[in-house]
Amino acid sequence: MSMETIRELQAYGYIFFTVFLAVILYAYIYHLYRAEKVGTRNYEKYADMALRDNIDDVPVEAVPPVNKEKE
Amino acid sequence: MQEKNALNYDYTVAKCFTYATILFGIIGMLIGVVIAYQMAFPQLNYLAGEYGTYSRLRPLHTSGVIFGFLLSGIFATWYYVGQRVLKVSMAESKFLMVIGKLHFWVYMIVILTAVVTLFMGISTSKEYAELEWPLDIAVVVLWVLWGISIFGLVGIRREKTLYISMWYYIATFLGVAMLWIFNNMEVPTFLVAGMGKWYHSVSMYAGTNDAMVQWWYGHNAVAFVFTVPIIAMIYYFLPKESGQPVFSYKLSLLSFWGLMFVYLWAGGHHLLFSTVPDWVQTMGSIFSVILILPSWGSAINMLLTMKGQWGQLKENPLVKFMVLASTFYMLSTLEGPIQAIKSVNALAHFTDWIPGHVHDGTLGWVGFMTMAALYHMAPRMYKRELYSKKLMDSQFWLQTTGIVMYFSSMWIAGITQGMMWRATDQFGNLAYSFIDTVTVLIPYYALRATGGLLYLIGFFMFTYNMYKTMTASKAIASEPQNASPMAA
Repeated sequence: MSMETIRELQAYGYIFFTVFLAVILYAYIYHLYRAEKVGTRNYEKYADMALRDNIDDVPVEAVPPVNKEKE
Repeated sequence: MQEKNALNYDYTVAKCFTYATILFGIIGMLIGVVIAYQMAFPQLNYLAGEYGTYSRLRPLHTSGVIFGFLLSGIFATWYYVGQRVLKVSMAESKFLMVIGKLHFWVYMIVILTAVVTLFMGISTSKEYAELEWPLDIAVVVLWVLWGISIFGLVGIRREKTLYISMWYYIATFLGVAMLWIFNNMEVPTFLVAGMGKWYHSVSMYAGTNDAMVQWWYGHNAVAFVFTVPIIAMIYYFLPKESGQPVFSYKLSLLSFWGLMFVYLWAGGHHLLFSTVPDWVQTMGSIFSVILILPSWGSAINMLLTMKGQWGQLKENPLVKFMVLASTFYMLSTLEGPIQAIKSVNALAHFTDWIPGHVHDGTLGWVGFMTMAALYHMAPRMYKRELYSKKLMDSQFWLQTTGIVMYFSSMWIAGITQGMMWRATDQFGNLAYSFIDTVTVLIPYYALRATGGLLYLIGFFMFTYNMYKTMTASKAIASEPQNASPMAA
């Protein structure tokens, strides 16, 4: 393969990855906001995990009891 | 298992690692100050024969602060934060308690052996990976023990979702495991070819390949030891100490994935203008610049967490330590990418600007955050208020002055050095010989060493404050919810 072809392939690769990674980035941001909007998840409530961290505090999202029984 | 209402978090292992953090902090930073003065006053190299030379002490300084001070700080905070954000106590599992204690003792044996062997001059000569193969294997054992402790605790948790700090601790565990194994692939020469001492080895990679693996490791050691676990700390300790929830939890997630993806490609910037392929250099450069985004994502998130609460900076020195840590994180994650730009690197590479950059990150970001974390933990672990707010304040200002002296002198020294190295006369001959630059830089070296000394004195103040908190401070009746109680 000639050096020129290698350079050309590198340039296509560069464009592809730039676009691909930008899409992934924005898709993740979209996913985060959409999950909150449709009510699947409220990410911001997880911030309370640092504040309500006494052992007898009610968990922000408890491990389901059925799993605890399995253990 | 005990009744839930009788249950408390168990800080036995966290306390052990706290003592280790203080011990190795003193050793590592003291050696750092000694070698800094050796740069300014070379005759100091001859105080203790071969054991006191710069070349013998330098790996002891780096390994002492990275793998001694900082790793034990990370482990101390993990054994504290892990239980709290998962809402499960170490006391609930005898197995995890045994693993935790074993983790601590294996760690102490490995690090103390490392100190002795490095003093003896036993070294692979790979930067930040100087330990020989038997110790490398011992490190793997202690790392696996930490992994069992992390995932064991996760397995018995009450809180379903893992808090963002947990993501960062787990990333530290996985990242370092991968880096350590690949960069320490080595051939024990005696076992393979009957050559050299039984513990001697050579790298499995040769030449340029070795350099690429080494700096993929070296730069990501900065990522997964100096950055990722410190972010784990600040995401827990700043909100908890200030009583403010993280400004944007979504931003913390986005920054996490950004940091994880981008950091691993940036190591090539250590090898600009060397024999590695050009595309590796360009990639290292570009990814370093992109790295500003996730780094600032976390740092800004922390500063915005304090929105409307800036008054706490006046009242609470711990918040002050953490906010300045975050600010130094922003400074060094802007400076690093600037240095990775090829044209800037042509001037900066191999100069004192590089250790200047490293130290505004390590002293300002890593050191401040680790000390603030231990200060926050102390009243909860020892059930006593912090011994002296005034001492903490004096320590803050002394160390901040030390850091500023350190990095500003190294900025000036580095740029002077870079300019002198490239200066030519009208015929293209070099204008200066190497020794000319050394002579010019001596005052800056003295200034840097004194900055380091101020930081070390501050660390002794921290040690004294912690010791008095553990032994002589006023007992507290109940655990403080947010701001740590402290005597004036």
